[in-house]
Amino acid sequence: MMFITLTNYLIIGAILFGLGMAGMVVNRKNLIALLMCVELMLLAVNTNFIAFSYYHQDITGQIFVFFILAVAAAEAAIGLAILTVLFKHRKTVDVSQLNTLKG
Amino acid sequence: MHATILNLTLIIIFLPLIAGLIAGVFGKTVGRDGAHWVTCTGVAISFLLSLVICKWIYIDQVPAFYGNFYTWSISGRFQFNLGFLIDHLSAVMMAVVTFVSLAVHVYSIGYMHDDPGYQRFFSYISFFTFAMLMLVTANNFLQLYFGWEGVGLISYLLIGFWFKRESANLGSLKAFIVNRVGDMGFLLALAGFICFCDSLDMHTIFSQAPQLAAQSFSIFPGTSCSVVTLLCILSFIGAMGKSAQMPLHVWLPESMEGPTPISALIHAATMVTAGIYLVSRMSPLFEYSNTALSFVLIVGATGALFTGILALVQNDIKRVVAYSTLSQLGYMIAALGASAYGAGIFHLITHAFFKALLFLAAGSVILACHHEQDMRKMGGLYKYLPVTYISFLIGALALCAIPPFSGFYSKDAIIDAVGMTTIFGGHYAYYCVLIGTFVTALYTFRAFFLTFHTTERFDEQTRSHLHESPWVVLIPLIVLAIPSVCAGFILAKPFLYQTPSILDGSIFILPNHNVIAALATHFTGHMQHLLDSFHTLTLWFAIAGIFSAWLFYQRMPNLPAKCAQRFKILYTILIDKYGFDRFNEKVIVKNTRTLADFSFNVADVKILDGIIVNGAGRLVTWFSSVVRRLQSGYLFHYALVMIVGLLGLLFWFIY
Amino acid sequence: MLSHIPLLSLMIWTPLVGAVITLFIGRDGHDNRARWAALITALIGIIYCIPAYIGFNNQDFHMQFQELHPWISVYGINYALGVDGISLPLIFLTSLTTLLVVLAGWQTITFRIGQYMASFLVMSSMVIGVFASLDSVLFYIFWEGMLIPMYLNIGIWGSENRSYASIKFFLYTFFGSALLLVVILYLRIHANSFAITDFYPLKMSMHAQIIVFLGFLLAFAVKVPMWPVHTWLPDAHTEAPAGGSVVLAALMLKLGGYGFLRFSLPIVPDACHMLDKWMIVLSLVAIVYIGLVAIAQVDMKKLIAYSSVAHMGFVTLGSFMIYSIVQATGDVSEAYMSLEGAMVQMIAHAFGSGAMFLGVGVLYHRLHSRLIKDFGGVANTMPVFATLFMIFAMSNVGLPGTAGFVGEFMVILSAFQASFWVAFFAAMTLILGASYTLWMYKRVFFGSVTSAGVDSLTDINMMERLYLMILAAGVLFLGIYPMPLLNMLHATTGHLLQLSLVSKL
Repeated sequence: MMFITLTNYLIIGAILFGLGMAGMVVNRKNLIALLMCVELMLLAVNTNFIAFSYYHQDITGQIFVFFILAVAAAEAAIGLAILTVLFKHRKTVDVSQLNTLKG
Repeated sequence: MHATILNLTLIIIFLPLIAGLIAGVFGKTVGRDGAHWVTCTGVAISFLLSLVICKWIYIDQVPAFYGNFYTWSISGRFQFNLGFLIDHLSAVMMAVVTFVSLAVHVYSIGYMHDDPGYQRFFSYISFFTFAMLMLVTANNFLQLYFGWEGVGLISYLLIGFWFKRESANLGSLKAFIVNRVGDMGFLLALAGFICFCDSLDMHTIFSQAPQLAAQSFSIFPGTSCSVVTLLCILSFIGAMGKSAQMPLHVWLPESMEGPTPISALIHAATMVTAGIYLVSRMSPLFEYSNTALSFVLIVGATGALFTGILALVQNDIKRVVAYSTLSQLGYMIAALGASAYGAGIFHLITHAFFKALLFLAAGSVILACHHEQDMRKMGGLYKYLPVTYISFLIGALALCAIPPFSGFYSKDAIIDAVGMTTIFGGHYAYYCVLIGTFVTALYTFRAFFLTFHTTERFDEQTRSHLHESPWVVLIPLIVLAIPSVCAGFILAKPFLYQTPSILDGSIFILPNHNVIAALATHFTGHMQHLLDSFHTLTLWFAIAGIFSAWLFYQRMPNLPAKCAQRFKILYTILIDKYGFDRFNEKVIVKNTRTLADFSFNVADVKILDGIIVNGAGRLVTWFSSVVRRLQSGYLFHYALVMIVGLLGLLFWFIY
Repeated sequence: MLSHIPLLSLMIWTPLVGAVITLFIGRDGHDNRARWAALITALIGIIYCIPAYIGFNNQDFHMQFQELHPWISVYGINYALGVDGISLPLIFLTSLTTLLVVLAGWQTITFRIGQYMASFLVMSSMVIGVFASLDSVLFYIFWEGMLIPMYLNIGIWGSENRSYASIKFFLYTFFGSALLLVVILYLRIHANSFAITDFYPLKMSMHAQIIVFLGFLLAFAVKVPMWPVHTWLPDAHTEAPAGGSVVLAALMLKLGGYGFLRFSLPIVPDACHMLDKWMIVLSLVAIVYIGLVAIAQVDMKKLIAYSSVAHMGFVTLGSFMIYSIVQATGDVSEAYMSLEGAMVQMIAHAFGSGAMFLGVGVLYHRLHSRLIKDFGGVANTMPVFATLFMIFAMSNVGLPGTAGFVGEFMVILSAFQASFWVAFFAAMTLILGASYTLWMYKRVFFGSVTSAGVDSLTDINMMERLYLMILAAGVLFLGIYPMPLLNMLHATTGHLLQLSLVSKL
């Protein structure tokens, strides 16, 4: 019988985090995709939290996950709102054109 | 008596200052007449009071006054006072200064009559009298330095009196800066007094002379000289500046750009003799240094001969007299070098009279010729200017040391003294001063013949205006002519040929240097002295000079030009003034300016400011222009950097 | 009676209050009100000097008129004020200079006059604060605070290239003083107090002393300014308005010299002793090299600025020569004159240079040029001004009887005791000073009238006459009767020498 160990969860978390990260760096087109990548990374973190919570028999981790989910939801809402405003303003959500912070 | 002398001296000194202030500051209010009245009165009173002091010192044998009246500053253990030393030397200097100054004041009323800067002129010459009196009465070197610089300043202002003339401005600037070169030496000497004697008071310093002679000091590593030599030579550098000795003589001919009364007062009779006064005053130190005396002797004798020769090729009447002044100052300095201080001071006095006379007479000529100074445009003036003619002749004869005029007594003594001295350079100096008498006579009478005799070379317009100068000009001439004739006869004995001589209280001579005393033993009375002079080379040299002048300029006027043709190289060198001016111009001034330009434009602007200071600014700009590229503005770049940074930190923590 | 009045606080804060008042009542074009408010404030500043002079005890080297209030007690920072013989003359100088610049700006400044006057009043407050502070943090705050009004002054009322000059001035001097703060903090850690007097007995190793010395050196040398960190000065002087130049020359530069005397010499005497040869060499370079640079100037203000650097060389020379003198003579009392000469030179330079800058301001106001070649024959049209300027020029040349002579004379005289060659190079100033000053004077004032501009010049009016005469009187008074100033210095100099010559290793 193959047990699902902590390591397996952590590997999943790391893969999810890596995907999010890579998406963020590689994606130069769409700001929505960027937001999704951020969400993905948060989910990776959540996965880790639950895994640890389960294996350490500590419920605190799972409470944290709820918090993070709530924050992530709020963040997504605000992020998307900003995004719509941005689109109204600039008529684009292309990341490669959003470089007004260039020094 | 003590307090009386002090008060009297204060009045003598400060009257000209107050008069000068009134004429200068309130010039508009007092007007032209007011200006000359107040200054002339001031100087006249000073002169009379100086005579009173002379009487006390010389006739009543009042002991010398040495006292302070003012503390200028105190710093640590050094105290700087102002005070007076009224002894035989300063008393006679005061009398001479105020006398010549008075004559010049009166003369200027006529000479400067039409000048718009009338009040300014009188205020300057009164200030000058003040500064000069401060100089000669000082009992300490601070006050002497104050007077020293003060006369330098007034000399600068007066040479540039006609400040619209470029040549006058250049002349005044040159005079000031060349004098400052000398002053630098003098100031270093002052610093040396502080260093070795802890004081600037003359008594304190002079009393330490033997100890100073025993101490040695090293300027350059590996060499050493006695302290007294160092101090004497440094002071003498100051004297060389003020008394226009080679090679610092270049300013004096240029100073002739000033009004003629000034040339008489400052650049012949008083200021330029400050150096002679200084060396005489410092005789207690100079006596202990044979090196310094030799230096003085050689510089003086060289100047006496070689600047005299230059006068031969000058055509400006004032410049001839100016070069003659240089030469006579050389005589005085040579006398000091030979330890014949009495003779030097005596020549200073007689020279003050006859040279002031010559200058004022020349001024009278210039005035008559409407400010024409070129002798080539004069000639035959004796008919038109009889009084001036006679005065000039008297001055010339005195200058050439023809007995019994005053110059004879003083110059004869100098030549004898130089001949007898045993210090290094004595022989050279003797030949210089001896040949100098021939040259003196030659250039003096060249000027005399060219101006007053020979054919008339001025134009008709000048002739129609030609007339003798007004009485305010002539009276000073007459007043100066009298001592030019008889001062020598009267003063020779007390100054030179009696023991103790009149200056003995002020001047210190080591017994083995005392040439004057040796001369005095030969002196058997005035008549004998006069007769003896016909056996000396000096007189015959002078007569030969006068004869040559007559031959060359009166009898055969073509001869000088031919000689100039023949000895072209020599003539060029003389016209070039031995190249001193050219050297100063081309080497010193030019290189200083090149160095200044280099220091500013290259070292300061390009290197310090351009490369280092602004370079630092540019470096920051460049660096930020590199660093700003990191700030691309793209989210994904920032994210990447964040992650890379995170990983980096992770690795750093783990390993 | 006098001890109950916080005189120093009044001296510091009155100008600041006056500045605020001037700013407020000078708004909306009420120029005259601003002028009068500034003048009255400046006059009050002068009046304060009278009780200060009377109440000051010349014989006492301790700090006088002391005030002490806890300020930031957590860190032991106090509001501590006090003056001794070194700082009091400089405070008088500040009050007088403030009055003069207010008078000088009376007619010449037409743009934002209220703010112009206020900037000088603020500066006066800050500078007096620097001189009166006994707490190093308070000192530092005033020290830096002073840069702001000066920066604004150059930047707003300066001439064409003003922004470059003001930024350069600010960054340069700020760069210098940044290290000052570090050094003060370092000393605080070891002395456990911010009081300057507590730094004096602090024992330090040679290594530490040298580091502290270098920190001080950078801050003070930039202000003095010493060669080679002088290049901000010609630009700042040239671009500043006449009043700004005067304050720069008369007050700003003094802060550097004051810093050396208040901090470097007594706090790190061994480092000073060890590095004094370098300081002497730098001072001589300033005197000789900068003298040469001044000859090459074509701009009058730049020329005077460079001559300031050369003159300030005597201040640093006099300050750091004491070790050589004591070494050569073995006698402490020989070193008095050197140190006092440096002090006198500071005051004298303020009069001489300040006056020259105001003089150039007079010409600039009329023809809007500072270039020597644009003038010539000014003496024909402005005889009174030419006479006054001659007095100032002579002070610059160092003629006996003027202020410029006293300090130079004392320092050169002392220099011989240190070494003949130091005296020799210092005495070169006699020639160089005469060359650049009088050559400029000749080109500007003498000669015949060269241009229509010069021909149209009118001689100085009553106001200009007033402030130039005050300065001329000061120049002559200090030259003829320096005793009052020297009397103030003696006791403090003695104390300072004692502190500077005792090893703290």
